[in-house]
Amino acid sequence: MGLSAAASTVTDSVEDGSGAGPAADHVEPPAPSPEPVAPVGFVVDLPAFAGPLDLLLSLIRDEKVDIYDIPIARIAKQFLLRIRMLQLNDAAEYLELAARLLRIKAQMLLPRHGEAETWEDPRAELVRRLLEYQQMREVVDILERRGDERRSRFARAYLPESGELALAPLALSLGELLTAIDRILRVTREPTVHTVVARTLDVAGAISLVRNLIAARRTARWGELVARDAEPWQILSMLLALLELAKLGELRLAQPRPFASVEIEHDSTGEAA
Amino acid sequence: MIPLAKLLEAALFASARPIPVDELSALAPDASPAEIAASLDTLREHYDVDGHGVELAEIGGGWQILTRAEYTEAIERAQLAARPQRLSAAALETLAIIAYRQPIGRTEVEEIRGVAVGSILKSLQERALIDVVGRAEGLGRPLLYGTTTLFLEQFALRHLEELPRADELAIALRPSPQPL
Repeated sequence: MGLSAAASTVTDSVEDGSGAGPAADHVEPPAPSPEPVAPVGFVVDLPAFAGPLDLLLSLIRDEKVDIYDIPIARIAKQFLLRIRMLQLNDAAEYLELAARLLRIKAQMLLPRHGEAETWEDPRAELVRRLLEYQQMREVVDILERRGDERRSRFARAYLPESGELALAPLALSLGELLTAIDRILRVTREPTVHTVVARTLDVAGAISLVRNLIAARRTARWGELVARDAEPWQILSMLLALLELAKLGELRLAQPRPFASVEIEHDSTGEAA
Repeated sequence: MIPLAKLLEAALFASARPIPVDELSALAPDASPAEIAASLDTLREHYDVDGHGVELAEIGGGWQILTRAEYTEAIERAQLAARPQRLSAAALETLAIIAYRQPIGRTEVEEIRGVAVGSILKSLQERALIDVVGRAEGLGRPLLYGTTTLFLEQFALRHLEELPRADELAIALRPSPQPL
């Protein structure tokens, strides 16, 4: 079956710590025999097991042990054997539980001091988690059954995935459309005529202005470049000039936060190049 | 059938999703809740007793007309409609935990399942079975998830309380009575 070939060094060291040793290989493999596949990087989710707790629960069931009195050495050994067989020895979640089992096993071996009542079973937390997980599995069974029941009956239409109802198609007659157009035309009977005058931008002028300022001061702010009462064409010229200079690598533009004044800085790296 | 039952039938037929009772009431403002309930009963009986291929089901806090299960295979074979995909075991586990513990954060779900659930939460949210319902207090204010109405619909639940209470569960692993 190539168990040792597939085993990673991590699992090896974990198992050595358990004291199970190579003898574990002779333990009879449990029911679901794995396919003899070449070891692949990560086999995280097998269809058979939804996680390490699932695997552990199925072990407890297979071994027919009492969950409140888990023979931790036996179960830990079986758990390690299974994650090797299922090639899960790379999946961190399985390894984590394996390590936890071994720690509980070690704690169980420690001599108990004092009164029996003060001794806290190291398995208690694991049992609590297993019971919680088992509880959830029962809910899964219920949901699965209910889901299958519902899936076996069709509603009148496909259920939209998002649950949102599509917009109703626009219902409009030609008459209504013409009335609407007529109403609009009547409102705008006398359209306002705008005279649009083309204004040429002076990008070259703005560029030389910025260059002069930056050469003298190294930094500047947008508010200093554009006068408060600037005409739109002036603002646009300045904007294009700044973008052009930034593109040429002559300066850097930064805005510390939205709507803050743009900070313009001389770009020394551009100069070097 | 009485006119009110016919009206409800027409509305239920027109809708692709379960209609909540209050929306049914809006169809007939003069009818009392008792009359609506009685009409729904009439309609259900009509489908059951007279032998129809559809039935009236109470699902996700509303009412819906569904085809009867015995015809599903034939309908699917004829490719008239397709059953939605089943959820994976991992997705169902995650959904089960959220259904019982909502509002619940990712870390708590992972604690119970023992595996990472980030991508599963995302796909459940994309399928509109869960949604973010708030943020927890504490470090990072993690997102809290809860189930949606569509969850109830897809699992044929009238409401969340229809799931068994937590203390009614976890019987499978109770220790078998052992002589001490």
